[in-house]
Amino acid sequence: MTEHKVTSPVLDVRDLHIEFDTRHGALKAIDGVSLQIAPGEILGVVGESGAGKSLTGTAITGLLESPGRIAGGKIHLEGHRIDTLSQDEMRRLRGRRIGAIFQDPLTSLNPLYTVGRQLIETIRTHLPMSKAQARQKAIQLLSEVGLPAPETRIDQYPHQFSGGMRQRVVIALALCADPKLVIADEPTTALDVSVQAQIITVLKRLCREQGTAVMLVTHDMGVIAEAADRVAVMYAGRLVEVGPVAEVVKSAKHPYTQGLMNSIPTVLHDVERLEQIEGSMPRLTAIPEGCAFNPRCPHAFSRCRVERPNLIAVGDSDAACWLVEDMEEPLLPRSETAKTATLSDHHV
Amino acid sequence: MIAFLIRRLLQGALVMLAVAFIAFSMFRFVGDPVTNMLPQDATLEQRAELQARLGLNEPLPVQFGYFITNAVQGDFGISYRNQRPVSNLIAERLPATMEMVLAAVVLSLVIGIPMGVYTALRRDSWLSHLFQAVSLAGISVPTFVTGILLILVFSVWLNWLPSFGRGEVVELGGWSTGLLTVSGLKALIMPVITLSLFQITLIMRLVRAEMLEVLKTDYIRFARARGLTNRAVHFGHALRNTLMPVITITGLQIGALIAFAIITETVFQWPGMGLLFMQAVSFVDIPVMSAYLVMVSLIFVVINTIVDMLYFVVDPRLRVDTGKNNTSA
Repeated sequence: MTEHKVTSPVLDVRDLHIEFDTRHGALKAIDGVSLQIAPGEILGVVGESGAGKSLTGTAITGLLESPGRIAGGKIHLEGHRIDTLSQDEMRRLRGRRIGAIFQDPLTSLNPLYTVGRQLIETIRTHLPMSKAQARQKAIQLLSEVGLPAPETRIDQYPHQFSGGMRQRVVIALALCADPKLVIADEPTTALDVSVQAQIITVLKRLCREQGTAVMLVTHDMGVIAEAADRVAVMYAGRLVEVGPVAEVVKSAKHPYTQGLMNSIPTVLHDVERLEQIEGSMPRLTAIPEGCAFNPRCPHAFSRCRVERPNLIAVGDSDAACWLVEDMEEPLLPRSETAKTATLSDHHV
Repeated sequence: MIAFLIRRLLQGALVMLAVAFIAFSMFRFVGDPVTNMLPQDATLEQRAELQARLGLNEPLPVQFGYFITNAVQGDFGISYRNQRPVSNLIAERLPATMEMVLAAVVLSLVIGIPMGVYTALRRDSWLSHLFQAVSLAGISVPTFVTGILLILVFSVWLNWLPSFGRGEVVELGGWSTGLLTVSGLKALIMPVITLSLFQITLIMRLVRAEMLEVLKTDYIRFARARGLTNRAVHFGHALRNTLMPVITITGLQIGALIAFAIITETVFQWPGMGLLFMQAVSFVDIPVMSAYLVMVSLIFVVINTIVDMLYFVVDPRLRVDTGKNNTSA
């Protein structure tokens, strides 16, 4: 991570709030989430279904649909604020600066057009190119994402591709205009395990070679461990822990993250029963006071039920937990270099 | 593709054979054709002679064979009422009906599709609500009411448009067209509006429903995420995906329009096949009725085959699958 020390983050989300207006008042779906991603960095965002992972990604791309709306916070992309842009300005940014990869490659491509047509259309929307130039670029993109025989496959329709190959096409589409940020929403969930590994390899390579920042939304800790540099854990619309992958996987600070790690099946240890976190995530209408996790937390004490914890630096990570505050001071003082790539300087 | 076409043609032939059998049964068993065709004071010899000439002494399958052979050559016998070949009568009336129906179909597509797209994209605008409300009226008011109201307003009160007939027609190689004269076009306006009102609302509602469905799909969300313009997303990606059901319904509706033009043609005294059929029914003119039945079925079968062909043009997934069949065959 030290090689990013002089660069400012590609994506900087500060205290993001997203609300859904309903007849019974506004529901807080995202409550004070802050994220930063440095160039060439892959930030994994994990959490249960409904934790707000995808919603955060959707808000960054400006594709939030009514009744959902950004109720507070700021989103900066390469230093420019983007959450206040008009719809049309935001549209120009999508595909150009922010690429998106969706979960299901079988349904993300229009079945009626050749992949070439869809690629060329996207390229020409963002870059001043002739059809022939755009076609050349499309072929080049397809070969970059590891599609064999791109010259012939470019004229084929989506249904002539396998799932993994389609996801490569989707990645190529996301990379058409060399975006600085790619938001990959469960990019491997719909794929076979063997194909998952290939897609992750492609993503990692592109990230390394082109310095693209990637926000990798998934509920699969295996994918995070494999691909991400840092990981952000979300629970009930809030960030509970952020830190380097190794740190979070090996020594999770937040009880929720610990529970999440313990519930991953492993072949290394002989475990009688897989652990699970008791209970389920609260509904948006009934988020408890204090720490949202307190009813399920095995270590909860009185303070957790009344006061909401903010992210507190501990070791290389940050965790939103009162237990952490009572821990001894981190062994190593946080260096300035790590600051750009992690969370630390907000919520003061 | 070729195999598919052949299969469809065989199916069509089978349908036509069944229809021909019904038409034949009508001719043979509804009333006595001999009594119908001869004057009341005909002698027994005349009866026997006509019976022999019509082939009514032959066994039934042979008679059906004759009927098919003649029908394929366009010979449906002589009209009882006009004493002229039925095929001539149909040929005279067909252009009038076809022009009216095709004009109605074109009108309903040209108006219905944009209205459907608009109401799907701007769901909450006042114009969409207006379209929705008007379409409800269009879908529930029966054709004859619309027709009579139009006549009342535009012919009786305002005296702008003719209330009946087809106006002047021009012969174009055996096809009499009313599209080339002013009076012909004026005469066309009200019947076409009457006939297409229901179709416009049908197409509009269909396009709207399909479009709303398609706009929710992942590939539309992904197209937006790629930063494509709204125009490209809505018309390039969404609209084309809504066209399959529109093609199907339009195809079926052309057939239905031809069959149900009867009411409109009666209201406007439009000299088409529907009016011919109405007159045939009131005179129990069996040959005309059976020929009409066969004609309408034929049009249905042809249109449905064309619709199936159009699927191939619109949806590449079908094309490739038959391509594989061809190479493996």
